[in-house]
Amino acid sequence: MAPYDKPEKATLATRRGFLAGAGGLVIAVALPTKGRAQTGTTGAATGAVSPNAFIRVTPDNIVTVLIKHIEFGQGPWTGLATLVAEEMDADWAQIRAEHAPSNPALYGDPNFGMQITGGSASIATSYDLMRKAGATARAMLASAAAKAWGVPVDEITVEKGVLSHGSGRTGSFGEFAEAAAAETPPDAPTLKSPDRFIYIGNEDLPKLDTADKSTGAADFTLDVYRDGMLTAVVEHPKKFGAAVASFDDSATRAVPGVVDVKQVSAGVAVLAENTYAALKGRKALKVEWDDSAAETRHTDAILGDCEEAAKAQGVVAHEAGAVADALAGAETVLEAEYLFPYLAHAPMEPLDAVIERSADGGVEAWLGSQGTTIDHQVIAGVCGVDMAQVKLNVMLAGGSFGRRAQPTAHLAQEAAEIFMAAGGDTPVKLMWTREDDIRGGYYRPVTAHRLRGGLDANGDIIAWEQTLAGQSFAVGTPFEAFMVRNGVDATMLEGASETPYALPNAVVSAHIVNNPVSTLWWRSVGHTHTGHAVECFIDELLEAGGKDAVAGRLAMMTDNYARLAATLEKAAEMAGWGRELPDGRALGVASVKSFNSYVSQVAEVSIDGGVPRVHKVWCAVDCGVAVNPEIIRAQMEGGVGYALSAVLFNEITFDETGAVEQSNFHDYRSLRISEMPDVEVAIIKSGEAPTGVGEPGVPPLGPAVANAVRRLTGKAVRRLPMVRDDFQA
Amino acid sequence: MAVSLKINGENRALEVDGETPLLWVLRDDLRLTGTKFGCGIAQCGACTVHVNGQPRRACVTPVSTLEGADVMTIEGLEGPEADAVRAAWAEYDTPQCGYCQSGQIMTAAALLQRTPKPTDEDIDNALAGNICRCATYVRIRKAVKAAGERLEG
Repeated sequence: MAPYDKPEKATLATRRGFLAGAGGLVIAVALPTKGRAQTGTTGAATGAVSPNAFIRVTPDNIVTVLIKHIEFGQGPWTGLATLVAEEMDADWAQIRAEHAPSNPALYGDPNFGMQITGGSASIATSYDLMRKAGATARAMLASAAAKAWGVPVDEITVEKGVLSHGSGRTGSFGEFAEAAAAETPPDAPTLKSPDRFIYIGNEDLPKLDTADKSTGAADFTLDVYRDGMLTAVVEHPKKFGAAVASFDDSATRAVPGVVDVKQVSAGVAVLAENTYAALKGRKALKVEWDDSAAETRHTDAILGDCEEAAKAQGVVAHEAGAVADALAGAETVLEAEYLFPYLAHAPMEPLDAVIERSADGGVEAWLGSQGTTIDHQVIAGVCGVDMAQVKLNVMLAGGSFGRRAQPTAHLAQEAAEIFMAAGGDTPVKLMWTREDDIRGGYYRPVTAHRLRGGLDANGDIIAWEQTLAGQSFAVGTPFEAFMVRNGVDATMLEGASETPYALPNAVVSAHIVNNPVSTLWWRSVGHTHTGHAVECFIDELLEAGGKDAVAGRLAMMTDNYARLAATLEKAAEMAGWGRELPDGRALGVASVKSFNSYVSQVAEVSIDGGVPRVHKVWCAVDCGVAVNPEIIRAQMEGGVGYALSAVLFNEITFDETGAVEQSNFHDYRSLRISEMPDVEVAIIKSGEAPTGVGEPGVPPLGPAVANAVRRLTGKAVRRLPMVRDDFQA
Repeated sequence: MAVSLKINGENRALEVDGETPLLWVLRDDLRLTGTKFGCGIAQCGACTVHVNGQPRRACVTPVSTLEGADVMTIEGLEGPEADAVRAAWAEYDTPQCGYCQSGQIMTAAALLQRTPKPTDEDIDNALAGNICRCATYVRIRKAVKAAGERLEG
């Protein structure tokens, strides 16, 4: 998404006295947002939920770090807390993390101008900010101790959460928490030089959420139960764009435990005293649908639209040299088409939300909220209250991969509509089932790529023509203003409009081909298809030109991509690129820069029963300063597994009536442990500003596997998922 | 209907619709929320509990079939295998989002009770029914192996 912007100079302010019943030091650091996406959000959106702060030091000697991003596995709880602990010189054992409440003014992401988690940006946008917050807290604690002891502040040392003076005096953060709150925060707190880091880059720092996630104690939205709460499930349309024509709820209302049935804009909601009654009631519901505005075609027809559009040049996003002349003069011209299906995100926890009336007449909601500010606005709007009257609790979420960041806030809207339709006084939990999730849209868009490449007599690539056509999920949403420029959605083209390679004659263009199917960003967004198409076609051209896949790439990488080249060299070295392989095995390679991180992967592949089997993946990543090396490795491993599931098995298809054919994990296969390759990760040492790791592990995996499959079988993978083909090695 | 069963060592007498899957009894009635809903059709393993010592998918087990049964959930899981698994989970910082991990741990503990020193193949076979969309599989494999070694030592 948006590039890494170095945060502007932070302004500091302490907030005192609003932490009822818990005296202590509270540090708030306000970061001016760039306001790129302020679609009526920030001005009115004060959130007004206290306590608002980044760090809370309480007399019990606990340092709580409030995390402005949602934790759903990518590690911001531990990551942001690491930055604070580092500059505070805290003891890791005294550090806790909790989600910050919704407050766009305080917790807004500078890339988006609102509170959101995305673009693998949590560490990138927090590195300076959270360190400054930590250093501020440390300075104020030291100042309070110096006053109490009657010694100069510069004689105070801090180590592992203990303040000390040469005279032998020592004290804990907790002891000075209240006194420190009265200190003036420094204008420009001094940050440590990296050689003094003890937590940043620490290989042995345990994650803060592992213990609760090993005992069942970690609470997700589905685990929220309120007194008198009803559970709601919704009968959604079978086709995209369909609407409720009429419904018969007589059998539903006869199910014991069913309390109410209400039509909302998303469908028909069944509210019951417990989950099973709600599910049973929904099964008994008879809904007639109006399909007049619905997409009623087979997915092949939708994909066909994209293929057709990609035959002609689209809106040009990049142009260099003279492609037509280069192609005309080429010794060899290769053409290829790559087709990418709809993909569901299928996070382990299906979508859910809880909402109830507050004592003051506002509402309180519990939500695995990724697009927090938008969710907040929509809840307030549907419930007819001010944003200040909405308390939105951001909950741990069972995965997302993009699914919970909805520019339309459709989930919050559905929950709030049901709550209001049911009277607006009874607490309501909305639960989607897995079938709702798989059939519920918001898919990775279908996309077709058409490529032509020309080689000269030396086998060098002298022409590159790439046209892509697909859906844009930004069109018609509040994100359109900053994502769609000149009729092209930048997220469709990321990874294609700029590649790592010196291509003197090139043209890259795109078409938006929209239809009523709802789509959304899916872990690594445009790179899910651009990375695949570019890295597969480059590989084919290099092979046709008689070049080695690694040496050929390195020779073509421009100076701006020296960091990517270093990851490629490292991954190739780890994999033993060029070594003799057992019969029936091949290596494939791919390198992709995404979200300002650089990742190269080599996959060792065989064919097993007509399907590729990946034995091992060697992965090298450069994400700048490695704040939490083990989280970086885990994200690369997870990215490999998530991507492999998709490229091997996954596609959402519609039948001849436009109804989704898949429904659950039996026909939307997820990778299982027995199919998971071993993954070896190397982190390139770097002093550059840290960048993300949640998404960048995904893009290189598919093309690396596809390139190995082509070497094994002589047949290029043109359409995903790979189970469509019956490969013979 | 009335159903009597033991849950985490405690006798429970329940008055419920007998068709209700154990999963929703645990969660809605007993507020044992560590057992998760992932698919509802025994495909993902997020709802894995032990019934009479064997791993079972709570989402497809009608509570009426459990009269007199001994049910163990993640909240009640204890003993040397459980301790070894949790210690290994911490050593490798295995969870990411964490949602499937109760089920993974229940299955892993049952495997170690049966096979204290599992091979990679044993681990893959035993845990192939537990989906992790974060794909923490590399660490699950290492952690289960380490737990086995911990048990031996």
